[in-house]
Order: sequence, then C-alpha cells, then structure tokens
Amino acid sequence: MGQIELKQVTKSFGDVQVIPPLDLTIKDGEFTVFVGPSGCGKSTLLRLIAGLEDITTGHIEIDGSDATDVVPARRGLAMVFQSYALYPHMSVRKNIAFPLKMAKMDQAEIDKRVDAAAQVLNLADYIDRRPGQLSGGQRQRVAIGRAIVREPAAFLFDEPLSNLDAALRVGMRMEISELHKKLATTMIYVTHDQVEAMTMADKIVVLQAGVIEQVGSPLELYRAPRNTFVAGFIGSPRMNLITGEEAAKHDAHTIGIRPEHIDVVESGGTWQGTVGVAEHLGSDTFFHIHNTGLADTLTVRAIGDVSLTHGDKIHLAPRADEIHRFDTAGLRIA
Amino acid sequence: MATKASRSAARLMMAPAVILLLGWMLVPLTMTLWFSFRTYLPLRGGDQGWTGFDNYVRFVTSSSFWPAVSTTLIIVAGVLAITIALGVLLAILLDQPMWGQGVVRILVIAPFFVMPTVSALVWKNIFMDPTNGLFAHLWRFFGADPVSWLSNAATPSIILIVSWQWLPFATLILLTAIQSLDSEQLEAAEMDGASPLARFFYITLPHLSRAITIVLLIQTIFLLAIFAEIFVTTGGAFGTRTLSYLIFQRVLESQNIGLGSAGGVYAIILANIVAIFLMRIVGKNLDT
Ligand SMILES: Nc1ncnc2c1ncn2[C@@H]1O[C@H](COP(=O)(O)OP(=O)(O)O)[C@@H](O)[C@H]1O
Ligand SMILES: [Mg+2]
Repeated sequence: MGQIELKQVTKSFGDVQVIPPLDLTIKDGEFTVFVGPSGCGKSTLLRLIAGLEDITTGHIEIDGSDATDVVPARRGLAMVFQSYALYPHMSVRKNIAFPLKMAKMDQAEIDKRVDAAAQVLNLADYIDRRPGQLSGGQRQRVAIGRAIVREPAAFLFDEPLSNLDAALRVGMRMEISELHKKLATTMIYVTHDQVEAMTMADKIVVLQAGVIEQVGSPLELYRAPRNTFVAGFIGSPRMNLITGEEAAKHDAHTIGIRPEHIDVVESGGTWQGTVGVAEHLGSDTFFHIHNTGLADTLTVRAIGDVSLTHGDKIHLAPRADEIHRFDTAGLRIA
Repeated sequence: MATKASRSAARLMMAPAVILLLGWMLVPLTMTLWFSFRTYLPLRGGDQGWTGFDNYVRFVTSSSFWPAVSTTLIIVAGVLAITIALGVLLAILLDQPMWGQGVVRILVIAPFFVMPTVSALVWKNIFMDPTNGLFAHLWRFFGADPVSWLSNAATPSIILIVSWQWLPFATLILLTAIQSLDSEQLEAAEMDGASPLARFFYITLPHLSRAITIVLLIQTIFLLAIFAEIFVTTGGAFGTRTLSYLIFQRVLESQNIGLGSAGGVYAIILANIVAIFLMRIVGKNLDT
C-alpha cells in the first residue's frame, strides 16, 4: 500500500511561505511526477512528504493514517537523493544493506534481499567496491538498490538523473519506468525536465511558486493545459503563445498553438514570415520564424528534412482545432 | 613546473628555505650526537673527551629511565584520548545552529592562545590549590576533604591541564571536518532508520576518521615534548617526570651535558617508535 494524501499543507522558512495551502492525493501504485521550474518548491514538497522537513500547518496521511508527526524512518518511504547520498566508506553491499541492518533484520535475510536487489539492478559486478570507485550511473543504481531493499510503501526521487549525461539519462529513465512496472509501488518523482515528466508519469503535478497549476496525465496536460503556464511548460519545443489582434480574432486574450500543429504550406496560409534559425534534426526540422506580423517569433515543427534555410520566405497554416484559447487571467477558455 | 627551466628556477628559489631548515635541524642533531659520546660536565672540569657509549648505558640503566618513558606515554595517550573524545563532541555541538555561535566558537578556541606556562600556573593556583583553589572550595562545599591535586593525583592533573590546552586544536580541526559532511548522507541515514547514535557511529565518525588521524599525529609530536606544564606545577615530582623532563634534569640540575645528550638521542628514538606505531595503525586513513 502507498496512498499519500496532503491536506492543506503549507511550509514556511522563517517569514517566507514556500508552499501555500496545498491539497494533493497520490494513489497507491501511481507514478507521480512533480515538475516545475527550479526553485518552485518541488524538493521542499518531497521532503515534507519524507518527513525531513516539518510541515508548518496541515496534515499528511499515508495509507489513511495521519503521518504528520511520524519520524521519517517510520513512514515507510524510501528516498533517492539528487547527490545519491551514498555512504562513501561502505562498500556497495553495505550501502544497500544499511537500512536492513538498521531494522535489525537477521543476516541471512539481509544477504538474500541485497543479492536480489543486486540482481535486479545489475550491481553484482561491483558489489564489493566503494561508491568512490563507481561511475555516476552505477552510483544511481546503488542508490535505487538501497531504496528497494526496504520494500517501502512509496519511493521518492529528487531529480535523480540530473547528474547524468544525456545518453545515460535516457537509459536510466527507462530502467526506473520498468522498475515501477515490476514493483507496482507508488513513486513520486521530482524533476524540472518536462520530457522526463511526460515520458515517465502516470500523473503529472505541475508546480509554480509552490502552487499546483494542474494535475493530470501527460496527455491531458498536453491536450488541455489549464492555463498559459502549463501550456508553455509542457511540450517541446514550447507552445507558441500569441497575444493581441490575432488572439482577439479568436475571442481570447492569448491563443496558443504548438509548433507541431502548424503546417508549412507552399503558398497562402494564415501567416507568412521569414525563417530565422532552422534546426535540422533529420527526423524533424524546427523553424524559428520572424516578421510574421505577430509580436513574437513563432516556432514551427515540420516532419522530415524540409530544405528551407535562413532568410527564406515561409507560409504557415495553423490547424484551427488545435488552437488553445486563454482569457486575461491566463486561464483556459473551454 | 612543466619545463626544465621552471623546474630549476623552482629549485633555486626553494634552496634558501631548504638549507635553512636543514641547518636548523642538522646542527643541533649533530651537536647532540657529538656531546652524547663525550664526558662534558660544565661545572666539574668541562669537556673531558670521548667516553664511547658510557652515557648511553648510564642513561638507560638509571632507575628513572623506564618510569620516565612510561609517564611520557601515559600523558600522551591520556591527552590524546581526552582531546579527541571531547573534541568530537564539542565539534558536533558547535556545528549545531545556535544563538551566539561566533562568540562561543571564539571562547572555545581561546585556551589555545594562552601560553603553556601561564595556563599551567592558572590551573595550579586558581583551580588546584589545596587550600585556596576553586576545586578545594567546591569539595568543601559538598563536605569532602580537598584533594591535593598536584601531589596526590599529579599525572591525571597534568593530563587535565594539557588536555585543556590542546582541546581547541582538536575541536577546530574536527569542526571543519564535520562541516564538510554532506547533510544528505545524514538525511539518507535518517530515512534508512538509523537512530541519532547510529548516524554518529556509521556516518559522522567514519567521515571524521581522516581528521582524527591528523589530530592524532600532530598532537603526538607536540605532546612528546611537553615541558613547561610540568616545570611550573610539579617540577617533575610525584611521578610526572617525562623523558624530556629527565633530560632537562640531567643537563641542568646534574650539569651533565653528555648524559643529557644521550637522553636526547633516546627521545628521538622513542618519538620515531611512536610515529611508526601510529602510522601503522592510523596511517591507512590518510590514503583513501
Ligand atoms: N532550508 C531552507 N531555508 C530557507 N529557504 C529554503 C530552504 N529550502 C528551500 N528554500 C527555498 O524554498 C524554495 C523552494 O526550494 P526547493 O524546494 O529546493 O525548489 P526546487 O526543488 O523546486 O528547485 C526556494 O525559493 C528556496 O530558496
Ligand atoms: Mg530541488
């Protein structure tokens, strides 16, 4: 079991309120991702759930019972830290065995569980090394191993992949997703990278300045962002947000259109402009387009390698049914 | 120091310092060795020529030699144990966020700035004096008989005084080490179910092992040679005669420079034995 419920939780450091009153339910077995820009309070929220920080007001319930004043060790949660926080003077085996040793489990059972974890995470080859002798990805695995042997009610990850290089990051992302499928345990995963959020999450919680902007599945957020912040944050490259006359035509203060929902056409089209930067990725081409008569540059994604380059004239046709409309407060108009 | 030119320039620049240091060390060492093989009694005939190993034999066979060696080792070990144990505790306390941290830290470091002679005299006269000392008053307040610290418990008293002087040094080094401990490691241990005591033994103490080693080695070097604290308190009486104090007595009180020099050579040997011994048991902490 691993249902976590936050009720009217707030957190202040001194006079600064980092988390205004916040309600959130994380269902058992769900992979929930907290995503938001740096400094928005993701880590703080995770640490509140872990019990490493005291909450200022409100309640936290784990599996239906109040855990607000329960010490971290008794919450049944395991955390993987951004710096991995491995114990440098202990071997990999001892690192992984540490929580079990603290729980006074008998040695035979400890060995069994550590070996099982090492098996799952492919740690067997360096089980007797120290963390200092491992690569970043291997350390990450050890940190995860230390978390899984405890068989916790939920896993908490704080930007676990941010210290890895891009290729390794993609690999570890899949491994964590697979681990979730295998264990079916609740996981809360913090990241500032919306790609990680989109690819891994069952449910994404978008945060800004401690406030939950939207909660939903990746595709819900992609299809129906509740406001301009979520619209701009989810999706890569970012959604084009257009204000002014063009928006007024759609009875909105702001309209949004994703780069992949604007077609490049031979002639005609709604907007014309000149190509600024063209990013040719082979599978796609991203164009940044100026002089459209709109306030900002437009980003457009074309499938395949389209051979337009800097300075070329381009004709664009946005798909009418993919235009998102927002009011003056930035909220979505249905 | 990449090129040949810069390397030789570096050597040239270092030469004066190296020569000075070498001279500083070699001249007294050679003189000690020289005198240790001579009969040299300044008030009874001066330098009377070679005597071979007589001085060495006399120094070791004297009934004061082995007690002096053991006193030296007891004082060194006692001070090391106290300063390291209390130093770790104080460092942990000082690392906690608290009101007036800056002032408290300066107060803790203060004893290190007091000269050994002065601090020993302060302890002797203000705290340990059997009639007027603060301890005597305290003892009487509780209805006990005052203890004559420096005669009845002389070695422990000296250990206390010297520990008081060296505690700031240990605390300071250990505090900087504690401050470099990654707080996420402690939090990880907390989540792993480690009690505060377990966190101390499994995380903090191993993290401090290198700093403790350094404190151990540096203090040992200085503690083997403590002198002023003994000179102004017990004058070497009541079993507080260390090896260095014995040498002092041979040279100045018995006016026998040859014998004292032989003692000096023994002191060098003792220091080396202790150093090798220490490096064996704790030196591996420095490699990792
Ligand atoms: N211990 C602390 N004391 C004071 N302010 C803090 C503390 N921890 C975090 N904050 C503040 O809380 C805000 C949120 O921080 P954090 O949760 O670490 O953000 P994120 O993980 O989303 O990047 C930041 O503005 C940060 O300065
Ligand atoms: Mg963070």
